[in-house]
Amino acid sequence: MTRARYGKVRGAAAYAILYLLFLYAPVLLLPLFSFNDSVFVAFPLSGLTGRWYSAMAADEEMRIALFNSLKVGIAASVASTLLGLTIAQVLTRGIPGRRLFAGFSNLPLFIPDIVLGISLLILMTRLAIPLSLATVILGHLALCLPFAAGVLLSRFEGFDLSLEDASRDLGENAWMTFFRVTLPLVLPGIAASLILSFVVSFDDFLIAFFLCGTDTTLPVYIWGELRFPYKLPNVLALGSTILLASTILIVCAEWLRRRGTQSQPAAVAI
Amino acid sequence: MTPAVAHAARGYLLLTPAMAVLAFTMAAPLGLLLAYSFWTQHGLVVDTRLTLAAYAAILSDPGFALVFLRSLAIAAMASLAAIVLAYPVAWFIAFRARAKFLWLLLVTIPFWTSYLLRVFAWKVILGYNGVINSGLMALHLVATPVTFLLYNPVAVVLTLIHGYAPFAVLPIYVSLEKIDPSLLEAAADLGDNPAKRFFRVTLPLSMSGVIAAFVLIFIPATGDYVTPSLVGGANGLMIANLIQAQFGRADNWPLGAALAITTIAAVSLLCVLAATGARRAASRIR
Amino acid sequence: MSSPPLLEIRNLTKRFKDRPAVENAGFTIARGEFFSLLGPSGCGKTTLLRLVGGFIPPDDGTIFIDGEDVTTRPPEKRLVNTVFQSYAIFPHLDVAGNIAYGLRSEGVAAAERERRVTEALHLISLSGYGRRRPHELSGGERQRVALARALVKRPKLLLLDEPLGALDKHLRESMQIELRQIQREVGISFLFVTHDQEEALAMSDRIAVMQHGRVLQVADPKTLYDAPNSRAVASFIGTMNFFHGRVIGSDGAAVVVDLPDFGRLPVPKNGGDNFAPGTMVTVAIRPEKVTLSPVPAPGSVEGRIASITYLGDRSQIKLAVGTGKIPVTAILPQEQSIQPGADALYVSMPAVSILLLRD
Ligand SMILES: Nc1ncnc2c1ncn2[C@@H]1O[C@H](COP(=O)(O)OP(=O)(O)OP(=O)(O)O)[C@@H](O)[C@H]1O
Ligand SMILES: [Mg+2]
Repeated sequence: MTRARYGKVRGAAAYAILYLLFLYAPVLLLPLFSFNDSVFVAFPLSGLTGRWYSAMAADEEMRIALFNSLKVGIAASVASTLLGLTIAQVLTRGIPGRRLFAGFSNLPLFIPDIVLGISLLILMTRLAIPLSLATVILGHLALCLPFAAGVLLSRFEGFDLSLEDASRDLGENAWMTFFRVTLPLVLPGIAASLILSFVVSFDDFLIAFFLCGTDTTLPVYIWGELRFPYKLPNVLALGSTILLASTILIVCAEWLRRRGTQSQPAAVAI
Repeated sequence: MTPAVAHAARGYLLLTPAMAVLAFTMAAPLGLLLAYSFWTQHGLVVDTRLTLAAYAAILSDPGFALVFLRSLAIAAMASLAAIVLAYPVAWFIAFRARAKFLWLLLVTIPFWTSYLLRVFAWKVILGYNGVINSGLMALHLVATPVTFLLYNPVAVVLTLIHGYAPFAVLPIYVSLEKIDPSLLEAAADLGDNPAKRFFRVTLPLSMSGVIAAFVLIFIPATGDYVTPSLVGGANGLMIANLIQAQFGRADNWPLGAALAITTIAAVSLLCVLAATGARRAASRIR
Repeated sequence: MSSPPLLEIRNLTKRFKDRPAVENAGFTIARGEFFSLLGPSGCGKTTLLRLVGGFIPPDDGTIFIDGEDVTTRPPEKRLVNTVFQSYAIFPHLDVAGNIAYGLRSEGVAAAERERRVTEALHLISLSGYGRRRPHELSGGERQRVALARALVKRPKLLLLDEPLGALDKHLRESMQIELRQIQREVGISFLFVTHDQEEALAMSDRIAVMQHGRVLQVADPKTLYDAPNSRAVASFIGTMNFFHGRVIGSDGAAVVVDLPDFGRLPVPKNGGDNFAPGTMVTVAIRPEKVTLSPVPAPGSVEGRIASITYLGDRSQIKLAVGTGKIPVTAILPQEQSIQPGADALYVSMPAVSILLLRD
């Protein structure tokens, strides 16, 4: 029996590895072509070069777009995490209409981005609000809030409410209890929420496409470049850099999280 | 005020900012979108009298119906295929893998990179001078590059499966992880072989994860804009391309709004139907 | 020729990361027997049960069911069923679906299946509960559904892992009686795991006492209580006074032991054990066998009362004897009272009640 089971594990593991190959192969093409000495993103490869990276570093427009995306990502992730905190704090404490509020905060997940994008565009136009990074941030709040609330809710749910009672019993008021007990215990959840929201915002193309006006974010900039073959290698270099940076960030964050709790990656909580 | 009322009042007060943000960034725009779909536009002037003109225009043009059906079919196929491909992986991670955490991380990492560039990578793989074609040529299997790989619905489905893979693995994994292993032991104890155990216990108990995965993939996939634009070609255009066109070149916002409302209605209806059907089917398993 | 025992395990060993959880276990269970595995938490009871059920493979040893070697068979191919510690009721099926689960697996026809489910519901006094969902059941009801689900399979042997552990004291006691009744009614052998010695003593035909993965003694309840074969068994079953001493001689059927606080005591040799003079031994006596008297008696020693615990129908007294290092526990029946103000009693240990255990 042991042997049969062992065989099955190997079969499943082999399949899982194939699946990972399917996930990674396309992604790993980006770094591959980013070092390829040719403007055309096609085989055969024509030699090693680092020039696309120096071209990327020199690209002023790209740098502006990158900074725009960082600004939007930081603003959206911080704001949606703060709002997500209030949602998680209230909804894990039994309040009438709990399911209704939870459902409402999850609703953006069920609206395709294209619909959210154009309806926000209509609203901004009707209200005569000029399109800018601010409108993008507003759109990203709707986009990120379900993720932030989801991660934080799952963290708050695993949290023993009697700890707060104990703190109140020992003489702290509601606010001090939140800062001295609740906050430290949910800190890993906050970090996960910040990271997840940031990535969702940083990666969004459609909402920004409709709402950014002339303040291009990075995905909108990349979208424009994809049409000009001669600019593609710069974009690939940029994509590879983002891939590396986000991988390092995620691995570090998850490693940190794991030191606190033996649990699953943040994305599992969605 | 009784303590319970005070508690609830404090709660609602604390919820106010979040709900206000959602109202302004989601409820209000969607409400306005609904209103817009009943309006008409003449040049730059928007006529706010309520009519069904936009919906009539959608119904009268079979081209819209075609793209609608194609989008739903592509999204449904992509979500089902993504689920079928991901299920064994989720099962492996939940029940057999030693380093669960590492596996989950490995599955999610590609998801943390630019979606645009991932879709673009598929264009490179499937394209005229792409990975597959250069491979085939190098092996002398074909003399000139084949062109049926890119710019068709199959390419869109394939790219969507890849793009939404974590949304399939993670919910299914979570539902499998919750299954008490003693239930599987009980099934074995009562006479089920491994295959029967899977169909009678594991599958019905993981149905919630399968449904979540379907909804999480089907909805954004139906409305996906980037994938059909980059790898779909003329025959792979989807509803998002049409909607975008109404806000761009065609400049007919009411029609775009009506298309969007129809999309939401169609995907919601299909999700509810699919979820109910799946639950029914699972409850038939005894 | 006598038929083989229903279950026989030989030299069964299971290690987790080189640490043995079950070591060299061996015993047999007869047809219709109520057999218990008793031992402290972590001693390997569940592991042994799972070995018999086929959920984990042993590292060494053999398991025979009805004379057949089933050591390498998967659980679904053993004529054994299990009532799980957590009950493992399928949450996606109703009560009838749970009970019918194994019958469907066998391919029992619908009519027959229904008849047997109804019968089983009746047996566990839950007639009419078939359509209930598991979350609509109380703990005791769930436990009975788990029992019925296993019994409808008509196994040769039923394995029960602390099935009463999650119930409150009252329910547990009534379920003990019910379980025993059901077992007699269906005539199936039970292998019952518990860490509650009172439960084991009350229910079992025979008990295997385990510690650190080893089976220390297999015997009927009375033998275990009256003649435990080791200090570990004696201390696990009931309360026991233990005293260290040295054998100083032999006197026919008895050995003479020198105990620091009691002086010399003649103790009957049980069995053929030969205790040479100089051997260190443990002398044991049950509290209720210790006799107390307000006046000195032959062979008694003075004990100063350290504490009295009122237990309802009796009182437990702790007394300090001699140097007072090892207190003596005794039981005082209700009718025998202590004079108010008394602070000492005379303690004696009748020779016939004393057990001699090798250290
Ligand atoms: N899967 C496992 N992996 C590693 N060690 C295990 C495993 N299962 C049990 N053990 C160890 O084996 C020993 C025996 O465990 P077992 O569950 O059999 O005890 P038990 O007698 O049933 O205890 P309890 O009364 O608490 O249920 C314990 O020390 C336990 O930690
Ligand atoms: Mg146990």
